[in-house]
Amino acid sequence: MEIERQQFDVVVIGAGGAGLRAAIEARQQGKRTAILCKSLFGKAHTVMAEGGAAAAMGNVNSDDNWKVHFRDTMRGGKFLNNWRMAELHAKESPDRVWELEAWGALFDRTKDGKISQRNFGGHEYPRLAHVGDRTGLELIRTLQQRVVALQQEDAERTGDPEAYIKVFAEFTVTRLLKDGDAIAGAFGYWRENGTLVVFEAPAVVLATGGIGKSYVVTSNSWEYTGDGHALALLAGAKLINMEFIQFHPTGMVWPPSVRGILVTESVRGDGGVLRNSEGKRFMFDYIPEVFKDKYATTEEEGDRWYTDQANNRRPPELLPRDEVARAINSEVKAGRGSPQGGVFLDVSTRLPAAEIVRRLPSMHHQFKELADVDITKEPMQVGPTCHYIMGGVEVEADTGAAAVPGLFAAGEVSGGMHGSNRLGGNSLSDLLVFGRRAGAGAAAYVDRLATRPKISDEAVEAARQEALAPLERTGENPYELHQELQRSMNELVGIIRTSREVSEALGVVGKLRARAKNVGAAGGRIYNPGWHLALDLRNMLLVSECVARAALIREESRGGHTRDDFPVMSPDWRRKLLVCSASEDGQDVTVEEQVQPAMRDDLIVLFDRDELKKYLTEEELADFDAVAKEAS
Amino acid sequence: MSYKAKFRVWRGESGEGKLEDFTVEVNEGEVVLDIIHRLQATQAPDLAVRWNCKAGKCGSCSVEINGKPRLSCMTRMSTFSEDEVITVTPMRTFPVIKDLVTDVSFNYEKARQIPSFTPPKDVKPGEYRMQQIDVERSQEFRKCIECFMCNNVCHVIRDHDENKQSFAGPRFLMRIAELDMHPYDVADRKDMAQEDHGLGYCNITKCCTEVCPEHIKITDNALIPMKERVVDRKYDPLVWLGNKIFKRSSSKTG
Ligand SMILES: Cc1cc2nc3c(=O)[nH]c(=O)nc-3n(C[C@H](O)[C@H](O)[C@H](O)COP(=O)(O)OP(=O)(O)OC[C@H]3O[C@@H](n4cnc5c(N)ncnc54)[C@H](O)[C@@H]3O)c2cc1C
Ligand code: SF4
Ligand code: SF4
Ligand code: FES
Repeated sequence: MEIERQQFDVVVIGAGGAGLRAAIEARQQGKRTAILCKSLFGKAHTVMAEGGAAAAMGNVNSDDNWKVHFRDTMRGGKFLNNWRMAELHAKESPDRVWELEAWGALFDRTKDGKISQRNFGGHEYPRLAHVGDRTGLELIRTLQQRVVALQQEDAERTGDPEAYIKVFAEFTVTRLLKDGDAIAGAFGYWRENGTLVVFEAPAVVLATGGIGKSYVVTSNSWEYTGDGHALALLAGAKLINMEFIQFHPTGMVWPPSVRGILVTESVRGDGGVLRNSEGKRFMFDYIPEVFKDKYATTEEEGDRWYTDQANNRRPPELLPRDEVARAINSEVKAGRGSPQGGVFLDVSTRLPAAEIVRRLPSMHHQFKELADVDITKEPMQVGPTCHYIMGGVEVEADTGAAAVPGLFAAGEVSGGMHGSNRLGGNSLSDLLVFGRRAGAGAAAYVDRLATRPKISDEAVEAARQEALAPLERTGENPYELHQELQRSMNELVGIIRTSREVSEALGVVGKLRARAKNVGAAGGRIYNPGWHLALDLRNMLLVSECVARAALIREESRGGHTRDDFPVMSPDWRRKLLVCSASEDGQDVTVEEQVQPAMRDDLIVLFDRDELKKYLTEEELADFDAVAKEAS
Repeated sequence: MSYKAKFRVWRGESGEGKLEDFTVEVNEGEVVLDIIHRLQATQAPDLAVRWNCKAGKCGSCSVEINGKPRLSCMTRMSTFSEDEVITVTPMRTFPVIKDLVTDVSFNYEKARQIPSFTPPKDVKPGEYRMQQIDVERSQEFRKCIECFMCNNVCHVIRDHDENKQSFAGPRFLMRIAELDMHPYDVADRKDMAQEDHGLGYCNITKCCTEVCPEHIKITDNALIPMKERVVDRKYDPLVWLGNKIFKRSSSKTG
């Protein structure tokens, strides 16, 4: 079969929030842009986001501003964040949200007609712009419709709606192609008919989302096989922070077939409380030292906070996600769990039924339809679920550029912004801020190029063989391998980790990688899910190996990485990033330590010394003191 | 708890295909999509089905179950009796690519024919002020997850390919209503709804509303009000005159 050829200036892989915002930017800068995605247009994983997009607009509490948001983000990430990204994110999120409104988004409103903002874990003020509990849908639909609007403009100008921005839906990229050191394009197949395509393009933006499908219990969809992470590695880019995975505290636990599906944090933001089998609001027992002064110590104070935030501290149900997930895990382990192996999350006794249906319509619907539970009358049962990977492609904060010239990344596939733990709502705004920046970065890179890169025939031939190989084998069933991987990662590299278990996981992954070479796919090239999964396995295995290797090396507990054998957070480890790279054939993964640059002076002085001393080394504190003295 | 269910699944490519019988295990709490996945993992690895979120949020997994359009990820097996034969077929209005996967490009083409949100030129991002009550009507329509089941079920195009050209289907007629009701949209969408997108074909049977998994009242809240706006326009001599004199009025009725 012929290999199809396409030429573009910028190829964006992924049509979630990050990919669409990047593509819109590249097109607005006059670049011929392609959007490639595995699902239909408008169905990327972003569609599932519920709670909202964090942006310090100050619509509900005018004390909010970028500095407060920046501090919250750094705290949430336990100071491991790339501070420049956290700074840009906090400063630019409001503009990105307002821009959506100008493109037709309809957020919920405040009384004075502005965009309403809701409370969320780790955010000091109400900060999440939202539409009920379907914010992701609003975000993706608005961006999708913005793409269509640009296509209509182009049709008017050139006669061809797809002259400058074209969507290739249900298309999977399997390799990035290079010319020497630099990106030259991407290779992949149409799911619909199995036709292979080479995209020739000097710049590629990865916006492929996360890796959750390597775990059994996950809130993530089938798309999350870590493709972008793996594509970047295989192209010579580096991944950072891969040991940090966010387990969302509240996933559904029953029935088994929906285990892991998300129960939005807004349930707690709007008053929902967590109880164990003894009826106790156990989160009061789990407020960690670093947060002691920020959270209510009695139920009464916590309850008052919902109506009077100025004079009360927030309830501990709204601690950052890693804390809540670990607490639930401990309660269940201690035998105080719910009948189906979770804990109770209750709003039914906290809000009137009509209010619950209005504020949490999707949750009401989801529990009713899938679990026969009416959340206005009875508590839900919830437990931790693999939700988000903080780790990803190491990029330059301002442009999204990866180490490989011509390669850019944004959204969940990139790393650094969220440090060791992401705050709820900070992803949607991250997608917009860094999607735009990566699109602009790619456009500027193309402008600087003197000549177009070329793709060699050998590279195309190698990619072709790799893609078709599973169809030519009658080997093992890919579904079985996938299930084994998911179970092992869940059990051995889950919320609580030990050196012994993680080492065991590495052994399992190694064996699965050997077996994956012989996986076969029955059937032809037309919409063949067995074949697709066989190809995705390479990515999941590679990424799982990175996660496990980094998790084994980091001998401390921080954010989305908890080591039972090293339970405390160590200031020495805070400055170290673990960087993964792979050999070209993907056979060898190496992890190296890298020092995180110190925070810029004007940013570090935004924090109190008392807070910093929980995180920094003595030496860093001495530097801080010098800076603070100069500033005062 | 678990039992063996009888499934009949449409299998085939392009125009050709037939129903195939399967006997397959079902466990407590499962949905139809789980069973399709079990078929893939154990009996038919190349069985094609489209899905993504498995939580009723993305609208990818639309099929017809015993002849009724349903999201397969939200259809619980407990709604069938254990001895019932469950027939799963692709959406009928769209051409089949393979097995349960259809070519829904019709919908994307229609989406592109509807003029986009058109705010007044002088409002800057951040300056929008709207009351909750004024955005709620359009917000209802924006709950749409684009499962395209309403377009699939609407008799105007269900067995009438010839109408596809001139009829946008309930999903996109509703999109026009959504924009028309947006407090800041200044485009004139009434004639367009009627003349370019076939609002007149709709004889308010409400079949679209019945299948909508988001429970959007498509007919009552979008299509009928839109029809009324079109009629008001036609018979309101002032508006008519305005249109004559200024070509296009940007004032909004209702
Ligand atoms: C249930 C749920 C609720 C959430 N709620 C919130 C919330 O309230 N607030 C918040 O801030 N965050 C939330 N998150 C997190 C947030 O939704 C995600 O992190 C974010 O949407 C990721 O967006 P993205 O643009 O990076 O990628 P995605 O939206 O995941 O898009 C990835 C895209 O890449 C494509 N792709 C992947 N691999 C390939 C390949 N090989 N070839 C071609 N295309 C490919 C996919 O098809 C898809 O189009 C939630 C997550 C979940 C799971
Ligand atoms: S109400 Fe109108 S659009 Fe809906 S199914 Fe009937 S004819 Fe079609
Ligand atoms: S209106 Fe309802 S039925 Fe129609 S596409 Fe949207 S969600 Fe589906
Ligand atoms: S898979 Fe998303 S709605 Fe069914």
